[in-house]
Amino acid sequence: MADIKPRIKVPKTAKKGEVVEIKTLVSHVMESGQRKDAEGKTIPRKIINRFTCEFNGKPVCEMTLHPAISANPFISFFAKVEESGTFTFTWYDDDGSVYKAESKIDVTA
Amino acid sequence: MVSRRDFFALAAAAGAILGPGRAGRLAARDRLSEADLLAFRPVGNVTVLHLTDLHAQLVPIWFREPSTNIGVGEVRGLPPHLTGKEFLAHFGIAPGTAEAHAFTDQDFVELARRFGRVGGLDRIATLVKAIRAERPGRTLLLDGGDAMQGSWVALQTRGADMVAALRALGVEAMTGHWEFTYGAERVEAIVEELGFPFLAGNVLDTEWEEPVFESTAFFERGGVKIAVIGQAFPYTPVSNPRWMIPQWSFGIREERVAAHVEKARAAGAELVILSSHNGFDVDRKLVSRVPGIDVVLTGHTHDALPRALVVGKTLVVGSGSNGKFLARLDLDVQGGEVKDFAFRLIPVFSDAIRPDPETAKLVEELRAPYRAELDRVVGHTESLLFRRGNFQGSWDDLICEALLEQRDAEIALSPGFRWGPTLLPGQPIRMEDVWAQTAITYPQVYRIEMTGAQLKDVLEDVADNIFNIDPYYQGGGDMVRVGGVSFVIDVDQPIGRRISDMTSLKTGRPIDPARKYVVAGWASVNEGVEGPPVWELVARHIEARKVISLPKAGQVRVKGG
Amino acid sequence: MSTGTAATRRRMIEQVGAGVLAAGGLLLLAPRARADLVKAQKLMKELIGDRTPQEGKVRLEMPQIAENGQSVPLTAAVDSPMTPDNYCRVVHILADGNPEAGVCSFEFTPMSGRAEFSTRMRLAQTQNVWAVAEMSDGSVWMTKTEVKVTIGGCGG
Repeated sequence: MADIKPRIKVPKTAKKGEVVEIKTLVSHVMESGQRKDAEGKTIPRKIINRFTCEFNGKPVCEMTLHPAISANPFISFFAKVEESGTFTFTWYDDDGSVYKAESKIDVTA
Repeated sequence: MVSRRDFFALAAAAGAILGPGRAGRLAARDRLSEADLLAFRPVGNVTVLHLTDLHAQLVPIWFREPSTNIGVGEVRGLPPHLTGKEFLAHFGIAPGTAEAHAFTDQDFVELARRFGRVGGLDRIATLVKAIRAERPGRTLLLDGGDAMQGSWVALQTRGADMVAALRALGVEAMTGHWEFTYGAERVEAIVEELGFPFLAGNVLDTEWEEPVFESTAFFERGGVKIAVIGQAFPYTPVSNPRWMIPQWSFGIREERVAAHVEKARAAGAELVILSSHNGFDVDRKLVSRVPGIDVVLTGHTHDALPRALVVGKTLVVGSGSNGKFLARLDLDVQGGEVKDFAFRLIPVFSDAIRPDPETAKLVEELRAPYRAELDRVVGHTESLLFRRGNFQGSWDDLICEALLEQRDAEIALSPGFRWGPTLLPGQPIRMEDVWAQTAITYPQVYRIEMTGAQLKDVLEDVADNIFNIDPYYQGGGDMVRVGGVSFVIDVDQPIGRRISDMTSLKTGRPIDPARKYVVAGWASVNEGVEGPPVWELVARHIEARKVISLPKAGQVRVKGG
Repeated sequence: MSTGTAATRRRMIEQVGAGVLAAGGLLLLAPRARADLVKAQKLMKELIGDRTPQEGKVRLEMPQIAENGQSVPLTAAVDSPMTPDNYCRVVHILADGNPEAGVCSFEFTPMSGRAEFSTRMRLAQTQNVWAVAEMSDGSVWMTKTEVKVTIGGCGG
């Protein structure tokens, strides 16, 4: 799926214990399964149904998405960082595809 | 901040100084002088001057205030929802005076002939210069937006004429609404050309939800640190074409306004001013919910109020439109609190004020390339041509008549815009006058078929935009104007139940929800609409008629309110 | 710029006709497939069982009038210390006028630091959007906000 390109905004550095804002965007049609094509046939549903964020392997948050989420899902949230490390972001598609992205952050005392 | 009780005392005192006394003095003679208009007992260390909704009117005009301006819910019968005699009684203004003429529609034609035109950039410049000279180092001049649309020259130059005008006047910050109808790229260029801050803290990009413009500018006047927070019209992408600014998202964003106020206070602001294009009722609600705003200079709804309204601890100022008024608010700010104030909404009576020569020259230069087109006479009017009013304006009746006849339609729709000056009976109609009602970047006249049911949906939708009981759901225009159809509106009903008795004026029969009607209209917010620009049709129609004499309007019957 | 020919007029009718109701685009595609209040209430029961939601703690920021029914921003924030023994576990977003009542569920952990998230959603028509928050102590809090989807135009 060459057209699926996650984009992430995470600060590069933070202070220990700081709550940082994370913004994510992924290009995806989020076909709702409620639309009909020109011949009147229902266009099958194909959405990203789940998103997760982990930090150094530990879960930070997770989202279940339904067809009411807009195309090119935008998800932003917060994370409290106590140490330097890597955020891992994962998007799960109805068709079984999994899209991943990573972001490093340096945490100083 | 001063306490609520103090504020009421102050408000009463200000009323005593500037209310009936002044009205009485102006009533004493027909001739006004510049000194009368500038008369003001100065207060405190800061003078804020406010202009809003200039709508690119650089030369003197007439502008009739509305005869209908209904407020619903909690604001019923409160300013600015007072007109005519009720307005005069509420503010203690004697009928027949210059003040009465400036603020109401009463005896409009007679008083317009007596007191002459209003506005003109060169007259405004004279007033601004005089006040700056009187209050050096203490004066701050702010524009509330909608400065750059409403004339042919502004449309042709994509607002460049008004950039020059506002710069020449020495405006120190502004916000926007119709400015955005020049498209994102042009707005970005305008922001660069202005040379002073364009503030719009409620605009975020649609991708990352991040600020597009500056929210706040700081000034120091009279030793007081002032924060000016700008709020663009929240429903720009709903009321105007979103496709022209697809990457920008607006909204009231109350939480964000509160955050800007807190940030400004934290940065040491002793006086916080919200320069807003929200509209009067939206701002009145906003300041009742967001603490820390000392003054809101409101725009968009074109309300002209002779006094600053006190809402909780906030002063709400409504400064009219079309260059007809200049607001002066003197503030005594001590220790981060407003201790005293004085206010006057100065009517810019053109005949009483000497034009500022430099500004007059600039206006002449800006208009020169278009002069011949502007001055082309297309007809004469025997009727008073005005626009303001919740349901009807004769300019719109004329536009609807032109749409019906020129596009061979059964029903005409014309947007409830609040801008557009007035012509007196007996005047020639020049192209400049036609453009002053129609000059927008999406002027195409469409011709479509709509069922009676769809037509009712449109009327219901627009009515809810004006009469929703919660101001935050109001868009701030007037009701869409109709031709070829009459209806009854009950403003106190919820959406879906306000409009009834829709009747075809041609056949006298009720509008059939299932039947299709040919509808002509203009200013569709959708992309790719084709059709001639509305001013062409209107000009052609006036030229065919030669003399405009409109029948008494009777399309809309109002219940409630 | 004459558009007098029948063909041009027809084209214009198609263009503008489609456009006039553009804000209700999704509505036109699925005119009767709307979840009603009952559907949303049923989903809520599936999500939180027999617990009765209390008013407060959860805030839902949305525009009062949608600019684009296909993409309406929302931010849900919950008043919670977000400590390991006292945090907001999940926020469910529901809509009572869409073809399906469910919008999304966002699960936090104490590592979230702040119980707040933002996304963008589709709105088929004017309706209420609900935010329902479940806390680590099992309490449930909710709020609703109405978002109008309008035809647009005619402003100012």
